[in-house]
Amino acid sequence: MMTLKVNGRDHQVDAEADTPLLYVLRNDLALNAAKFGCGLGQCGSCTVIVDGKAVLSCVTPLVLVEGKQVTTLEGLGTVATPAPIQRAFMEEQAAQCGYCIAGMMMRAQALLMRNPKPSDAQIRAELEPNLCRCGTHMRILRAVHRAARLMDTADAASDRSIR
Amino acid sequence: MTAPVVLDRRSVLAGGGALIVSFSLRGAIAQEQKPQSPALPGSLAKSPNLDSWIRIDANGQVTAFTGKAELGQGFRTAFQQIAAEQLDIPFDALKVITADTKLTANEGYTSGSHSMQDSGTAILHAAAQARALLVAEAARRFDLPPDGLRTENAAVIAPDGRRLGYGELVASDMLHVQAQPTSSLKDPAGFKVMGQPVPRVDIPAKVTGGAAYVQDMRLPGMVHARVVRPPSYGAQFVECDTAAIEKMPGVIQIVRDGNFLAVVAEKEFSAVKAMHALAAAAKWRESAKLPNQHDLANVLTALPSQDFAILQRSDPTVSGARSLEATYTRPYQSHGSIGPSCAVAQFIDGAMTVWTHTQGVYPDRQAIAEMLGMAPASVRLIHVEGSGCYGHNGADDAAADAALIARALPGRPVRVQWMREQEHGWEPYGPAMVTKLSASLTADGKIADWNFAVWSNTHSMRPGGAGALLAAQHMARSFAVPAPKPLPLPEGGGDRNAIPIYNFPNAHVMHHFIPAMPLRISAMRALGAYHNVFSTESFMDELAALAGADPVEFRLRHLDDQRGRAVVVKAAEEFGWTRGQQPPRNRGYGFAFARYKNLAAYCAIASEVEVDRETGRARLVRAVAAVDAGQVVNPDGITNQIEGAIVQSTSWTLYESVTFDETRITSIDWQTYPILRFNAVPDSIAVHIINRPGQPFLGSGETGQGPAAASLANAIAHATGKRLRDLPLSRKRIKDAIDA
Repeated sequence: MMTLKVNGRDHQVDAEADTPLLYVLRNDLALNAAKFGCGLGQCGSCTVIVDGKAVLSCVTPLVLVEGKQVTTLEGLGTVATPAPIQRAFMEEQAAQCGYCIAGMMMRAQALLMRNPKPSDAQIRAELEPNLCRCGTHMRILRAVHRAARLMDTADAASDRSIR
Repeated sequence: MTAPVVLDRRSVLAGGGALIVSFSLRGAIAQEQKPQSPALPGSLAKSPNLDSWIRIDANGQVTAFTGKAELGQGFRTAFQQIAAEQLDIPFDALKVITADTKLTANEGYTSGSHSMQDSGTAILHAAAQARALLVAEAARRFDLPPDGLRTENAAVIAPDGRRLGYGELVASDMLHVQAQPTSSLKDPAGFKVMGQPVPRVDIPAKVTGGAAYVQDMRLPGMVHARVVRPPSYGAQFVECDTAAIEKMPGVIQIVRDGNFLAVVAEKEFSAVKAMHALAAAAKWRESAKLPNQHDLANVLTALPSQDFAILQRSDPTVSGARSLEATYTRPYQSHGSIGPSCAVAQFIDGAMTVWTHTQGVYPDRQAIAEMLGMAPASVRLIHVEGSGCYGHNGADDAAADAALIARALPGRPVRVQWMREQEHGWEPYGPAMVTKLSASLTADGKIADWNFAVWSNTHSMRPGGAGALLAAQHMARSFAVPAPKPLPLPEGGGDRNAIPIYNFPNAHVMHHFIPAMPLRISAMRALGAYHNVFSTESFMDELAALAGADPVEFRLRHLDDQRGRAVVVKAAEEFGWTRGQQPPRNRGYGFAFARYKNLAAYCAIASEVEVDRETGRARLVRAVAAVDAGQVVNPDGITNQIEGAIVQSTSWTLYESVTFDETRITSIDWQTYPILRFNAVPDSIAVHIINRPGQPFLGSGETGQGPAAASLANAIAHATGKRLRDLPLSRKRIKDAIDA
């Protein structure tokens, strides 16, 4: 048994230490967003955020994330109360099959947390490890730009409410 | 496919209520007056009962059914729009049920950009006819003529304000009637839902971690299986010491049946570890002799072929002076789904249920039932979305794997997840192709004579029989791979779009169909049209250059089809195409056009590329497309499909080829089969839709693949002055051409 911190909650997990984080998230915690794409760290569809950084959960053994904060797409928001990045992807209709999208969103989210106003070139460079086969790239880029604007607005709004 | 449906009057008259009789007799009388009754529209021709498409419950819930599978194209949303529009129901109040052998009509495969044409058209007419039935029933109850009634918000409303909800009007058998050939469709000018960019219904779950895919299924008691495939085609199982593997933690069972080998475990990662151990322990005898991947043009043209002259047009009064010939090649290419194939199966009390992302629940059920020696009625296939497939990937095989393993563990749901290297190594690839073209020009710069020959395998080895499934091929009582057949024209397979849309006085097109399949192949998005349009539209540019003509003007010179001309002109205008335009240094402009299958959607694409002369790297900078897909249901859906087609086709065209040595496939992951990444994504893609209100749906899923490839190739030729004819137009090939 080990304790895994996911989306702000502690979970007791009964899994072997070498189990990739992806399998624990999907099976033990029944979280759908992180996807199995290659198991080789080549496609990014399993991307989650660990302590603020985008991580490929298919090649990250459980033992390496013990005590760290893991965030999955489920931890950002819901259909009823979507996070800015989720709202942006909905508003831009940035999916075809959508299988790669959760990974794209988590990598973009990690970028926006560290750099709230990235340039187009920075977004493209950041998303380089993540593959999309449907060719939804133009929409993904637009959605990340939109998310940055939404976050900016949300920050401004919360600043006002604090004042 | 469009056999006329004969109305069975006896069953109509036995149907019950007055409404059904009067409605159906109208059709019957019409039929007597016109013995050659027109075919029913879309998939109604095969499944003519209205309640195969539309169901209205007494509580007012309206459900639309489709036998097609949502593959990420977004048609579930489009179908919901169609039904909501024609029935006057709020969009959100309607449910759509997709392919399920227990619930929906048999619409064969979801392929060939047919979903809108077949299923969308069926739902359009079924919904309109259901509305007419509801209005007729309301008229009877109101004792008013139906013409004065209107429908709104799922109710029929009389001029005096009386209103009857659909749920109140519906009787149990009301929609269990045969459709009529024509419907009273709404005037497109009054559309409220159709034609609007309604947001996709599946996207909210997909961006919040909702269960959206077969990969996300977790049934109670579900176990995890992994398959160990042979190392190469035709390899025979020799032996495997499984004693140690059976004792690995969590391993439930090893399933072996001939050359089929799999392991089942309680937890997924235990199954993965056991799979690796099993793969290491298993010994195989390999015999595959794969062809030389660097000489595919000679390999293919040397194979025995069945030859079909599919176009012979002669006008001896026209002959050419200057002539040109060229050969174009395409390698084997992968569908490359981002999520490897997956399926869940459960065998209970002699009945098998399989949840699968197959494109054809009915044909795949037939194949799985045959493999298992079961009656098809005892096998149910339910479509659940998977990762985008772009044709026949591993979906059907994974479904068969799951069914075969589940039969060995009665009662327990079994989830089979293919690994990356299995998807890349075992999926049926898009076939390699060769085209040889020659043409001559008249003195006034028009094509006098056009010769086109294509060598290709079939483009569909989809199930129907069990022999199409890997598991069935590998099991001890093995099923032979069925004999391949060329897909018939007018849609065609290897010869799809081999016949030119242009008006040439002399034109000869040969289809050399190659039965032998050195690699496992099947349907990949656009089938032969990808390479045939690449070849045709590249050669059109070569001939335009020979004629000293502008490529766009040269196409229009030979194009009579008015809708085709409209998309060519639109794409050129929106791109800012001008004759003799000079691009910035190391850039080039390219243009291409096709009507998919010569009978579906029209697409023209203008491209700007940038070529790095030092490295040979080409990048699409911008693309402008014009598309005519008939009546538009969801413009954003069409735009999304065309944007995706341009990016995906750019990836195929610049980077992709399946690699192999003498025995084994060697492109088995994303390092050995690289595809387009964000550093190669264009600056912009613009899609301009020409809407055709009231015209048939033409489908937009595949129309962009060929034009995108040729537009890119023509732009590279413009930028470098060098013509590349072998796909992919790789960095090395461009660099070699520049240096030559």
